[in-house]
Amino acid sequence: MSTRFRENTDLFFSKLFKVTGLLTLVLLGGIFFMLLYNSVSFFLDVAPLDFFTGNQWNPGSRGDYGILPLIASTILVTLGSMLIAVPLGIFTAAYMSEFANRRVQRILKPVIEMLAAIPSVAIGFLGIVIIGPGIAKLFGMQNGLNALNGSILLAIMSLPTIVTVAEDAIHAVPMSYKEASLGLGADKWETLFRVTLPAALPGLIAAVMLGLGRAIGETMTVLMATGNSLAFPDGYLDSIRTITATIAIEMGEVPYQTTHYYALFAIATVLFIITLAVNLIGEAIAKYYRKFGA
Amino acid sequence: MRKKKTHILGWILLLGSTITICSFLFIIIFHLFSQGLPVLSWEFLFGHPKEGLTKGGIFPAIIGTILLTLITTVFAVPFGICCAIYLNEYAGESRLTGIIRASIRNLSGIPSIIYGLFGLALFVQSMRLGTSLLSAGLTLGLLSLPYIITTTEEALKRVPNSTREAALAIGSTQFESIRDFVIPQAMPGIITGIVLTIARVAGETAPILFTGVAFYITGVPGSVKQEFMALPYHLYMLSTQHQSIETVRPLAYGTVTVLILIILMMNMVAFYIRQKFRENE
Repeated sequence: MSTRFRENTDLFFSKLFKVTGLLTLVLLGGIFFMLLYNSVSFFLDVAPLDFFTGNQWNPGSRGDYGILPLIASTILVTLGSMLIAVPLGIFTAAYMSEFANRRVQRILKPVIEMLAAIPSVAIGFLGIVIIGPGIAKLFGMQNGLNALNGSILLAIMSLPTIVTVAEDAIHAVPMSYKEASLGLGADKWETLFRVTLPAALPGLIAAVMLGLGRAIGETMTVLMATGNSLAFPDGYLDSIRTITATIAIEMGEVPYQTTHYYALFAIATVLFIITLAVNLIGEAIAKYYRKFGA
Repeated sequence: MRKKKTHILGWILLLGSTITICSFLFIIIFHLFSQGLPVLSWEFLFGHPKEGLTKGGIFPAIIGTILLTLITTVFAVPFGICCAIYLNEYAGESRLTGIIRASIRNLSGIPSIIYGLFGLALFVQSMRLGTSLLSAGLTLGLLSLPYIITTTEEALKRVPNSTREAALAIGSTQFESIRDFVIPQAMPGIITGIVLTIARVAGETAPILFTGVAFYITGVPGSVKQEFMALPYHLYMLSTQHQSIETVRPLAYGTVTVLILIILMMNMVAFYIRQKFRENE
């Protein structure tokens, strides 16, 4: 092979690799543009004020496009899931990082990885066959497809993320902090709760934000296990319908290029912005932590 | 005395949480498998659905999922590997790579249902591929790109710089050093990442809802322009959309068992490759 040919090949591939790198930017831009373009088409038909302040989502017969019940449902179910997953996840991470010996760690890590590998549709199925009937029995209801069910399932879905990131954060707290605490006469529990966990706080917040981002965007579990009622939710025993579930249910049925079709892109844009904000906040905190934290 | 109480409380909190999480996995696996494994039979795995999906097997769904992940892999793997090579071997640390990395992180945080909408708008409508195996495979390809890029880049990072320097010193061009030395060394890590990504894609449901999955088709798809059945969607449909949900419950258990078995098997393959690779190092 001539040197010239080899040099040209080299040049060609360096350009090709660069193009693929730039294409990821195009992909993110394309998704954003697609959402924006269709949302604009929606807002030509429906006033933004009605969309953001309406408390009725009933596109079919009445043409009500109020996003508030969907947002309330999404917040309700993800808040519930975080109330369950955050303490469980952080305490487990603390145990894995600070107390478990190597043998126990070698069992726990694959357990967390396996939990992360279970597909969301299987978790949703679990909500129908185990958690739903359980809730129905406990509260004497007809069925257990409600926000509480969704919260429990989303907690299971977000736990692997929270445990993994939180464990890294706790592990990264310098030994000298703990040694200083122990040297002052604190026992290992006081060291954990008053020194190690507070020092790892920014990383723990990042873990929670990443878990939260995952829970907000989850579709199949909430679609299968929360009942999908359109009424404005009052509490955890109410059936709810999140933004993701609404898109999944209605996109299959609407004719293309109608107001209803565009409306689903508009609520997807809201979802996109929420998850983007959550991820960016988590990332910013993690970055700050690397710079100034432990 | 007070100290002793905090000790007990501490152990309860930490061990209690850990045991709870482990029991989640145990309950999921035990419950689903105890109900699902008895359903599995030759006819269930290799038969077609019969009598309004109340009897028969899930063969078309298994084939659909396999074909779907194949299309995803063919599309996403070369693209992802090239992008990772650019980031790790060529680009260095610049403002542009900072932006590219940030956009990859954000892509991996986008909810899967939004990828479904994007696939619908781009592949199904704009490119006129229709609701088909190809549209759904490409949609899942986009979804899996960030994972392939990240895992490949990590594998490339583990290749020591001396490998690159030695290759350049004997007269290779940069491309030749990557093709002949860096990639072969990083291969186990790259394959592990690909297998894990495929395992993830096989269980995805939301992105294929509007891009090509079907309740029921006769036979298996003969072309990539056809609609298809897939295991996760079949499970969703059997457990929530079927008109006699209680009658088909055993079939749903069988389907979820097959799906989880496939995914766990792929995870074990990835785990095995990783272990073997570590031993050789």
